[in-house]
Amino acid sequence: MIKLENIHKTYFGAQPLHVLKGINLNVEEGEMVSIMGASGSGKSTLLNIVGILDNYDDGDYHLAGHMVKDLSENQAAEFRNKYIGFIFQSFNLIPFKTALENVALPLFYQGVGRKKRNALAMEYLDRFGLKDWADHYPNELSGGQKQRVSIARALVTSPKIILADEPTGALDSKTSAEVMQILRDVNATGITMVIVTHERGIANLTRKIVHLKDGLIESIEENDPDKMDFTKEIK
Amino acid sequence: MFDLDSITEIWQTITRNKTRSILTAFGVFWGIFILVILLACGNGFDNGMRSNIEGFSTNSTFMIPNYTTEAYKGYQKGRYWNPDMSDIEAIKMKIKGVDMISPILTEYSYNGDNNVFFGTKGGNFSMKGVLPNYNDIDRCKVLYGRFINETDINEGRKVCVLGKKVYEDVIGADKNPLGLMIKANGIYYQVVGVIEPYNSNITVSGSMDETVVLPMTTMQLAYHNGDKFDFFVFTTARGYKTKDLQEEVKTLLRERHDIAPTDEGAIMCFDFEQMFTMFDYLFLGIKILIWIVGIGTLLSGVVGVSNIMLVTIKERTREIGVRRALGAKPALIIRQVVAESLLLTILAGIVGLVIGVSIMAVVSGFVGNTPSEDVMFLDPQIGFGAAVAATVIIVLSGLMAGVLPAMRAIQIRAIDAIREE
Repeated sequence: MIKLENIHKTYFGAQPLHVLKGINLNVEEGEMVSIMGASGSGKSTLLNIVGILDNYDDGDYHLAGHMVKDLSENQAAEFRNKYIGFIFQSFNLIPFKTALENVALPLFYQGVGRKKRNALAMEYLDRFGLKDWADHYPNELSGGQKQRVSIARALVTSPKIILADEPTGALDSKTSAEVMQILRDVNATGITMVIVTHERGIANLTRKIVHLKDGLIESIEENDPDKMDFTKEIK
Repeated sequence: MFDLDSITEIWQTITRNKTRSILTAFGVFWGIFILVILLACGNGFDNGMRSNIEGFSTNSTFMIPNYTTEAYKGYQKGRYWNPDMSDIEAIKMKIKGVDMISPILTEYSYNGDNNVFFGTKGGNFSMKGVLPNYNDIDRCKVLYGRFINETDINEGRKVCVLGKKVYEDVIGADKNPLGLMIKANGIYYQVVGVIEPYNSNITVSGSMDETVVLPMTTMQLAYHNGDKFDFFVFTTARGYKTKDLQEEVKTLLRERHDIAPTDEGAIMCFDFEQMFTMFDYLFLGIKILIWIVGIGTLLSGVVGVSNIMLVTIKERTREIGVRRALGAKPALIIRQVVAESLLLTILAGIVGLVIGVSIMAVVSGFVGNTPSEDVMFLDPQIGFGAAVAATVIIVLSGLMAGVLPAMRAIQIRAIDAIREE
């Protein structure tokens, strides 16, 4: 599903910063992978490149069989909309839109009609137990509810991949466990999932843990999440 | 380009950020509001001033004899001359482009005392001898009876038409004046009509309101003028130039009255058209000034909209970034921002237009919209054309205001939304 070959990325600021120094990574369809690393290790940059939010300098990136390189803004937008669902640490819901409207927004950009859009969005909200909260604005929701809305938003376009950047970073341990359970359930339906985190407990719930250090993959750890005790892992 | 969905999306963004939208739109509202008020006031003054000259033929020229300033054909300079009825005929025959021509003879009270009487009541008024067509140049409303007619002229009837004030002062407003005999400068005339000038701001040797009007021939007989008169007025026919006509008439008069061809002083010429043209230019100037000031105000409003939109775009980095991450294409973001600006300005502009027009309608109700005496301000409303122009300006300015913020918005990349502060 995701195939990265020798990806290089340098930020040119006052001092050029070579963030990714040749990343090689394969993520198969239906896998659940976490990327770990200290801050500055390049994990967010990697996620941005995988999410086609940022471009890379050198190497090759194939997404679902398509070569992703030097895309125009329009092509990138289309790819994102079609293949990728994003989940952010701070949820990034649009504050003046209701839960339902937030979930329906990606469909709006796909050109789906209003009725169908809202029906589909409502279906996803219902799936995460938020049907009664559909008409609420984000500031009327709890952190866990907000993250569930954003998961619904990420899923509503039926993407191939979910990219989650510290999805539990702003949540307490109980809701973190809930959100992780949801992500695992989603993964169980066959959607590839890549989670960036610096919490070992979260990473332990994924099948593959990629350790990044100084712009290189240090090691890839195989893991069996089913052996893990949820409440123990997430504190 | 704008389907219902997009409009709903834009409408939502505007209405759910009320404070921001109202602040943004206020500049344009204010610009249009001021423009409408200014235009309406300009029209009010224009209408007011024009109502003051209404009823008077604006293309008329008065020709008034004066002492000659050059000796000619054995005559000394300083000779006085009078035009006569044959001059009128000659001008009519020889000069093309003279539409109407009307001689005038005037008399006043000899010693400044009352000269017009009905019974014992009297007043001091001027008298004017005219032909029937005089009422086509210095138009008056006939309140009672009629104006001087051809039969009066042909038979030299001793009849008169009274100005309204003469009638009210001498006869009394409660009496039917028709058929009554009044005495003017010692001679009795039968009243056949009462007139009121449409406007009392332009007067020819005294307001028609305070004039006893006589048939020209009667007056010439009564005052031993032969067929001479004091001065005359003519109007220019459509398609002719007043200036050219004046020269032709002057040349003809000089020939007929042995005045030197170079004598500019012997014939005084009072050109209303020139005065009214000045008037027109004055109001054109005011109008241009109003548009400049109004559009200037509007432009600062537009700059305001653009400015606030720019700031809000910065504020909305996250929102726009998220939209980008969710698959919004750059063109869609541009469309959204421009459409927001357009919708805001159009709404604000229309509100400004409606409120401005409403206020001026109320003001108009107070100052009135019917011509009356001495009004400076009349019917201050904007025309349909101005309203359409204002609307076009609103739309254009909305587009203009949206361009810069839209350019800024597409520079926001999806990644900017993801970055944690």
